[in-house]
Amino acid sequence: MATLVQAVRMALHVGEERLGVTDIFGQDVGPPLGGVFTATQGLRTAWNTPLDERGIVGMAMGLALAGQKPVAEIQFCDYAFNTIDLLKLCGNTYWSSAGDWNVPMTLMTPVGAGIHGSIYHSHSFDAQATRIPGWKIVMPSQPRDAYGALLSAIDDPNPVMVLLPKALMRARAESEAELIPGEPDARELRARIDAPIGDRSAWVPDWPDTPIEQLPIGKAARLREGTDVSVVTYGRLARVAMRAADQLRAQEGLSVEVLDLRWLHPYDWDAIAASAHKTGRVLFLNEDTEITNFGEHLIRRTCEDLFADLKIAPRLHAGAHLPGVGLAEPLEAASVPTMASTLEAIREAARAPEVGRSLRDVPRVVRRAPVVDYAIDPRELAGHAAHRDVFARSLRYR
Amino acid sequence: MLEGRVLEERLIRMQRQGEGYFWIGGPGEEAFNACVGLLMKQGQGLDYDYLHAHYRSSATLLALGAPSIDALRQMHNVKTDPYSQGRNFVGHFSKREWNVAPITSPIEVQFSIAIGTAHAQRRHGGEGITIVQGGDAGTAEGDFATCLVWSSRPNAELPILMIVTNNEWGISTHASTQHGEKNIADRGKAFGIRTAICDGNDVESAWFALEEAMRYVRNERRPFLLQANVSRLYGHSSSSGSNYVESETDCLNVLADKLAARGFRSPDETKRLREQIEASMRAWYEQVITEPKPDPEDAFDFVFADKNHVGGEA
Repeated sequence: MATLVQAVRMALHVGEERLGVTDIFGQDVGPPLGGVFTATQGLRTAWNTPLDERGIVGMAMGLALAGQKPVAEIQFCDYAFNTIDLLKLCGNTYWSSAGDWNVPMTLMTPVGAGIHGSIYHSHSFDAQATRIPGWKIVMPSQPRDAYGALLSAIDDPNPVMVLLPKALMRARAESEAELIPGEPDARELRARIDAPIGDRSAWVPDWPDTPIEQLPIGKAARLREGTDVSVVTYGRLARVAMRAADQLRAQEGLSVEVLDLRWLHPYDWDAIAASAHKTGRVLFLNEDTEITNFGEHLIRRTCEDLFADLKIAPRLHAGAHLPGVGLAEPLEAASVPTMASTLEAIREAARAPEVGRSLRDVPRVVRRAPVVDYAIDPRELAGHAAHRDVFARSLRYR
Repeated sequence: MLEGRVLEERLIRMQRQGEGYFWIGGPGEEAFNACVGLLMKQGQGLDYDYLHAHYRSSATLLALGAPSIDALRQMHNVKTDPYSQGRNFVGHFSKREWNVAPITSPIEVQFSIAIGTAHAQRRHGGEGITIVQGGDAGTAEGDFATCLVWSSRPNAELPILMIVTNNEWGISTHASTQHGEKNIADRGKAFGIRTAICDGNDVESAWFALEEAMRYVRNERRPFLLQANVSRLYGHSSSSGSNYVESETDCLNVLADKLAARGFRSPDETKRLREQIEASMRAWYEQVITEPKPDPEDAFDFVFADKNHVGGEA
């Protein structure tokens, strides 16, 4: 049973053996390390670059123009901000050259909070990425989706950005449906494709035979079906929302629908509209900072297109508009949505008085004092021993 | 060279007449840029030279065989503009058929992108090289350093010719007020990159310097940094007036004097040749201003490709 990062690695292997990937590169991507998250261990075409993000993106673009099939990695999205104008060029080259040059490149980068990454290993990138037209953008939340996302990205003739929630790198499939066809069990897979500790110069991976299974571009996944409220989310918080939905159903009788958008561009408007039509209550949930957040766009479109369906104004639960995500647990937990704050946001959306009804007609929602706990479930980090103790603690402040 | 100048002067006039919104171009770089075009190994794919040029490269394109009328079309942003179909400024050429990568307005980004085509050519072998060209002011950008570092990685040296056309100006700012290095080419030396400086206003100096640099990159599969000192004859762009600068050396006069002194072409013959080209340019211009603009819905074309054209899909 693969972790998300193993799924990425297996997809890249399939990409270089069967989809023509010529180069997988970035800082520390090649041997001996194979990526700081191990996403590129044992890959035939992986190589190390200088510590130069602009060079990494430029190299990918030039390789693509030369008919190659590059997969570039920016080690943390926090360090992609100095490449924004190159990312714009990747996105506008096909358009500005009136269809002369397409740019078939994949850019993958770890995003988001949840590993105690402090100010420069906790950034989100979805608000930035969705501001750059000409890119397809995907953010998987489980291994099989990550596997398919990479293969879709590689096979697409356009620039595709794969945002990998770093808190989920060690997350595993949680159901049969999330298993990659052909993958062996966790122990066997580890023995076959994880590089050994110490000298690995003679090591060669023994890749399992897995298929070219793509993640349909622009298709969301419904993680939980419900009728009271819709939560539209992606990435790390898709897992949080799923657990929150289960807890609210079991303990409070709320029926919560959870949509994992997966693709931020193009995004699955039909799925959002169908869910909003059903529940009339939509909560958009992501961890990027809340001002000019991608969820705000979705709220705008929900208001404009689905107003008649809505029982309450659509809501956004997102990261606070702060200059950074602080290192100390209380600071991090106050900066980005947590399990507790997500539960609260869903409850409020589910119970808020319906627009147009008199407030006297509905039970008042008692606003509780802010409850903050840590968002990351320890199960998501199984095997990530260094963080286990921290995640096991549940912090509460009143 | 002459056609390049006549073209640029027509483009400037079009901008002043309101038949184009903005002019930027290469008057003053014709001698050097024509040599780039003539010496390039022209074609499509890894076996041929890739060109990552800048927006002063019209003479290069003409030397490769691009018709002047297409530059006029881009100036007038008509749908028949083959480089961008009315989307981009004049001088922003793009021609995949000849490995001419899309020219961009951001300064120096081409130096970060060029390492990619060069890397592919290093792996491919053969004679094809990557040529990347920008101005002197742009070398202050990090992308220039990117190109120096990535092209000289040990055991991974790139077959890339870096060209800096040095007109000593960045819009209104003179290089002497911003740059402490004596010569831009010297920056290559720290990386073990072979360098040269030529007089880009003199077609013979430019030709032989380019020929030698290209031969080295082609055969040795290693980087080369060539600094070509040139003039900027009509200022930065239409935003700075686009008036002829009398104090700068004019490469056309340098060539005309040489041709006359050696008995190849008299001043009168040069004058007649220029008048012929001007007449043709006027006729092309008159045609272009009758051509249609793009339709509003055309803005939505070419956002995403459904085929991998650069990968060979037709």
